[in-house]
Amino acid sequence: MAAPFHYTDYHPQWLRPKMSTYWWLTRRSYVAFIAREISSVFIGWAVAFLLLLVRAIGQGADAYGQFLAWAATTPVLVMNVVSLLFIVFHAVTWFNLAPAALVVHVGGRKLPGILIAASNYAAFVFASALIAWLLFG
Amino acid sequence: MSDRITLQVARYRPEKASEPFVQSYDVPCPRDWVILDGLNYVKDRLDGTLSYRWSCRMGICGSCGMMVNGEPKLTCATFLSEYGSGPIRVEPLRNFPVIRDLIVDIGDFMRKLVKVKPWIVRPPTEDERPISDGEYRQTPQELDEFKQFSMCINCMLCYAACPIYGLDPNFIGPAAIALAQRYNLDSRDAGSGERMEILSEHEGIWGCTFVGECTKVCPKHVDPAGAIQRYKLTSALATMKSFFAPRGA
Repeated sequence: MAAPFHYTDYHPQWLRPKMSTYWWLTRRSYVAFIAREISSVFIGWAVAFLLLLVRAIGQGADAYGQFLAWAATTPVLVMNVVSLLFIVFHAVTWFNLAPAALVVHVGGRKLPGILIAASNYAAFVFASALIAWLLFG
Repeated sequence: MSDRITLQVARYRPEKASEPFVQSYDVPCPRDWVILDGLNYVKDRLDGTLSYRWSCRMGICGSCGMMVNGEPKLTCATFLSEYGSGPIRVEPLRNFPVIRDLIVDIGDFMRKLVKVKPWIVRPPTEDERPISDGEYRQTPQELDEFKQFSMCINCMLCYAACPIYGLDPNFIGPAAIALAQRYNLDSRDAGSGERMEILSEHEGIWGCTFVGECTKVCPKHVDPAGAIQRYKLTSALATMKSFFAPRGA
């Protein structure tokens, strides 16, 4: 979309600074943005882990036992702990950003952004409580 | 607080040197002086060769946007006293080609702005109401839908804050999309379909990865990041609608 440019004697060459490869280290908010983007990789890992678990269950008790033994190894444990931290970070940042993306009208008035974020957190707590009840209830 | 402060100003004079350099100026620092007052002092008293844009001095024209200590700011609305004893680094807006000193080329933005048709598009003439029916009135709620986006002054601080625009100059950018939304949400407008062709391209809304800095630096609280995310929802719903009801049923 950028149009071609032309220099003339009356219009000397413009300065076109290039962005540094490390631009994202220049501000804390840029670092947080990149961390949020990277968190998608760990969410991918969590989904793959879950699918592997389902496949192991489907293949019988031996396969499930092997999966549990693999999941208890140090590298997988470390990966899962790191993934959990990134997933929580991913969820929290998106909950906080939700009010910017959603405009909800109730009775002809805009709902305050804080209520939209709060409803996300409430849904998160409800879903977590439901899973906890299913597992330990 | 000291009664003087140092401005470290980025200079670029292409007819004399191919590389930019920094020049320091010692200027007075009264409590009511903004950065622009400091630059005007330099221009009037110290160095008449310094080039920069300014006009209204009251945050309306959007001409005096610059990087101040690495942050995009309107220099008419940023006080020298905010920076203690200094020094204060003043540079041209990031992500734009520099023509001279603190002046950047805004042609790319102006071309993109026109593409999103930032004006009220009326339906075909045969669908227009007769003039005798009077003006098109809006309720306060209808005005409230787009008013926030109409506050944009085209200062381009949001482009300077946006790393996506810096990495991909084809990205339409925050202000142009916010201004498109200003008209899309206007009850008198009938041009949202025409704008969608431009906004729904990869270089339109989908180029944005929601860094959110555009909203943080906006001096008029326009919230371009919010405008882009809301339009993503609009575009996605329109695509789904066209997929499931291709004939508009």
